[in-house]
Amino acid sequence: MTANSTTHPEVGQFAMARAQWRWPEVVFWLAAAGCILLFPNRYLILTEIAWLALFALSLDLILGYAGIVSLGHAAFFGFGGYAAGLLALHGIVTEPVIALVVAGLAAMVLGFVTSFLVMRGSDLTRLMVTLGIALLLRELANRFSNITGGSDGLQGIEMQPILGQFSFDIFGKVGFIYCLCVLFVLFLLARRIVHSPFGLSLRAIRNNPLRASAIGIPVNRRLIAIYTIAAFYAGVAGALSTQTTALASLDGFAFDRSADLMLVLIIGGTGYLYGGLIGAVIFKLLQELFSTLTPQYWQFWIGAVLVVIVLIGRDRMHRWAMFLPRLIASKFGRAKAPVMAPEGEAP
Amino acid sequence: MLRNFISATVAAVGVLSVGAIAQAQETVKIGLIVPMTGGQASTGQQINNAIKLYMQKNGDTVAGKKIEVILKDDAALPDNTKRIAQELIVNEKVNIIAGFGVTPAALAAAPLATQAKVPEIVMAAGTSIITERSPYIVRTSFTLAQSSTIIGDWAAKNGIKKVATLTSDYAPGNDALAAFKEHFVAGGGEVVEEVKVPLANPDFAPFLQRMKDSKPDAVFVFVPAGQGGNFMKQYAERGLDKSGIKVIGPGDVMDDDLLNNMGDAALGAVTAHLYSAAHPSAMNKDFVASYKKAYNTRPGFMAVGGWDGIHLVYEALKKTGGKADGDSLIAAMKGMKWESPRGPISIDPETRDIVQNIYIRKVEKVDGELYNIEFATFEAVKDPGKTKK
Amino acid sequence: MTLLTILFDGVAYGMLLFVLACGLAVTLGLMNFVNLAHGAFAMAGGYICAILVNRSGLPFFAALPIAFVASAAIGALLERSLYRHLYTRSHLDQVLFTIGLVFMSVTAVDYFMGSSQTFIHLPDYLQGQINLFGLGVGRYRLMIIVICGLLTVALQMILSRTRFGSRLRAAVDDPRAASGLGINVPQVFALTFAFGCGLAGLGGALGAEILGLDPYFPLKFMIYFLIVVTVGGSSSITGPFLASLLLGIGDVAGKYYVPKLGAFVIYTMMIVILIWRPNGLFGRSAAR
Repeated sequence: MTANSTTHPEVGQFAMARAQWRWPEVVFWLAAAGCILLFPNRYLILTEIAWLALFALSLDLILGYAGIVSLGHAAFFGFGGYAAGLLALHGIVTEPVIALVVAGLAAMVLGFVTSFLVMRGSDLTRLMVTLGIALLLRELANRFSNITGGSDGLQGIEMQPILGQFSFDIFGKVGFIYCLCVLFVLFLLARRIVHSPFGLSLRAIRNNPLRASAIGIPVNRRLIAIYTIAAFYAGVAGALSTQTTALASLDGFAFDRSADLMLVLIIGGTGYLYGGLIGAVIFKLLQELFSTLTPQYWQFWIGAVLVVIVLIGRDRMHRWAMFLPRLIASKFGRAKAPVMAPEGEAP
Repeated sequence: MLRNFISATVAAVGVLSVGAIAQAQETVKIGLIVPMTGGQASTGQQINNAIKLYMQKNGDTVAGKKIEVILKDDAALPDNTKRIAQELIVNEKVNIIAGFGVTPAALAAAPLATQAKVPEIVMAAGTSIITERSPYIVRTSFTLAQSSTIIGDWAAKNGIKKVATLTSDYAPGNDALAAFKEHFVAGGGEVVEEVKVPLANPDFAPFLQRMKDSKPDAVFVFVPAGQGGNFMKQYAERGLDKSGIKVIGPGDVMDDDLLNNMGDAALGAVTAHLYSAAHPSAMNKDFVASYKKAYNTRPGFMAVGGWDGIHLVYEALKKTGGKADGDSLIAAMKGMKWESPRGPISIDPETRDIVQNIYIRKVEKVDGELYNIEFATFEAVKDPGKTKK
Repeated sequence: MTLLTILFDGVAYGMLLFVLACGLAVTLGLMNFVNLAHGAFAMAGGYICAILVNRSGLPFFAALPIAFVASAAIGALLERSLYRHLYTRSHLDQVLFTIGLVFMSVTAVDYFMGSSQTFIHLPDYLQGQINLFGLGVGRYRLMIIVICGLLTVALQMILSRTRFGSRLRAAVDDPRAASGLGINVPQVFALTFAFGCGLAGLGGALGAEILGLDPYFPLKFMIYFLIVVTVGGSSSITGPFLASLLLGIGDVAGKYYVPKLGAFVIYTMMIVILIWRPNGLFGRSAAR
């Protein structure tokens, strides 16, 4: 859709059409909410899936929409986690929702500051700079153990009831509903962002930065903005994890966390927002399944699944996964095909 | 779905009134949460091995109850530990949680133990504060301060005047260092150089060079299990052994499962610890022989921690006559005394921490294999981290 | 004197990093393939050497070439059977695939060899220090420097002087034109890949003494390999070589002189260098 072949109203209509809610999305969220009733004794793992999904959503915003690769996204996760932990521990902000926002903002500031470091260079450079930042933060957290508790982590956090009403219970029900609500709200926000003109301009940058700047998009400023927003999301994810487990540890910054996150997002597919969510579900369930079957050797089977996924090809797998929904869709007429397919690859 | 809902409600009631339901149970479930993957994997594997061995030897029924161990891997990540412990307590309705490879993991589970009144048996993690975090925690491993203070006392009394320290830069390393320093300096020694090495440390060379340059009588070392071998090899490579600098430290560095592979570099190192595979008791000989037969390696102190942990559960169940609720079990465990492969040990009735002999050992070659040979014993050492208060 | 010792240790460490990472520099820089499983080949070499020396009683110097050949063979096998299909796929696919391989290799080694550290029994003449002009020099590190130095020279010669070298460079610059000229591009790639894996295997065998060897080796050192390659710029052999030396010396010296900041040195150096020169110290162009 270049400017001379399409008039402005048509571009607008196209964008609006894409931004409309489709029934598979509604089904997805209804199913997510249904989990509250369906699996009353799996709340804890569901909670982990929820914050992991939010974390992956954050990476999708920069990787899938802006094309910034990062192997150090855990920096913001850990930072948000510690922020939430410290706020609760020292009684600075005791109400979880407000603390969540504050922790997110703290991570956001960190994201803004470090965003200048990742603007330059190739993918590989970005990968390593982000990784380096996360590892440095981890060492810093270890060094300032009087604040962070060092490798023992922050211990003794006691969470106050959410909004003063709902206190976290041992079954994790409140925690899960809380995480799910936060995930949903932030998802709506992300959905709004990526369908806005701002989001469209990001995609233009991802596809061709040179051309994007030629048509007047301030490339660097846009990238900094989305990186900062993504940092907020990751910070909130970290804070959620801290609030639901009442723990914050150095592992929040660990390389493994960033690497796992990358796997989650790639499994789910980048650039359509649901990738991170679906990836988180698949990854965690696989992990849970294999580690129950063989506590010592589950990594082997995870590895095997990854290898098989790539060898079969993710596109093909998405087609298979979509077979049933498609069939239903064609039976019931309305839509031609659901749009839940990844939209092209980030580099 | 309805059934799920009902069972969940039952589960809820079950956890809230663990005592009432546990008596009706015919099995006693133990949730064993240890790192089976990741850098700490060998800790978890040793504990798991020892427990399996114990149950083979002693049967899986005690006081009319069948013992069921549910093994879970937490990869030494505290948030994993907490989730797994919570799920085990809520869904599996375990009577006991056990294992815990690292301190943060043990601490993460502490509030759950208190809340659900489930005994938490710490079989590996060694920071003093752990047992203070919940009245339901019992420890069968050791505390870092136990061996570090003893080696400090010993060094000061045995002609070592100047010591350089090399410890890993994380909480246990700092604890060991602080405990050692306090006792060594109080005994008239001097710490001439203090180096903290990053936890993920591929190469000790520069730190060892610093050690060498400060010309101490001995080097006090604490590095996490697994890195000890590398340290010793590089220590010998740099010729520190030739310049007469001894290696002293808590026994983690000379863990039995690695010792024999370290080569002659390790000869002469003096460490204080709770267990040596060469401990000269009939019980230990039997334990080592059967462990070797089953797993083809020597048991280390982690394996002994697991062995004693499961033994404690068996004995406590015998004492309560099969009552498996948290309060009865903890009450039965307090003050319990028994003979372990490491020697006589007991559970301190006040702190629920372990009281054990600490041995001073020197690495020597016996029948072509390296062993820590015990030559001095400090009897019934309580955790100095607590007696101080 | 101390300065020289530090320099010596740093060079040895750097050389080791180079041998371990240069295979990755080739696959990433020349073949544009993200092989995060590179460390797995190093681990394979290390374990093969350990088994040969410790269990079969082979001399250390006989086991080294076998470790090289065996790792190269494993590399060739995997290249022909699996990697080959992924050259044209996206980088994200390659990451997913190679991380999967790492997980599998880690667990497989844990299963067969156990999870604790493995050591290679060294002959006596490689242990301890010798005195060179009043300078205490570790024999083992000296050997590393000699072997790795020779290897580097040989590599440079192969790449710049031999027919294979020019074929490889041609195949990389323009695979289509190269195959039009009758160069068997897949074969060249396969050979290069296998050679890189062999080098990693050799590095793993040499490095077991200094870096340690356990099933988590590929995950622990993946970061270091990537640092070397990014800082060096992945378009040549000299870049990673100089970067390895720089990082090795910097790391050792940093830890010696300011041990309190020990852990920060290597990461800080990397970030600073990459901000200063985003394509690496010696990169010609973007890495992809």
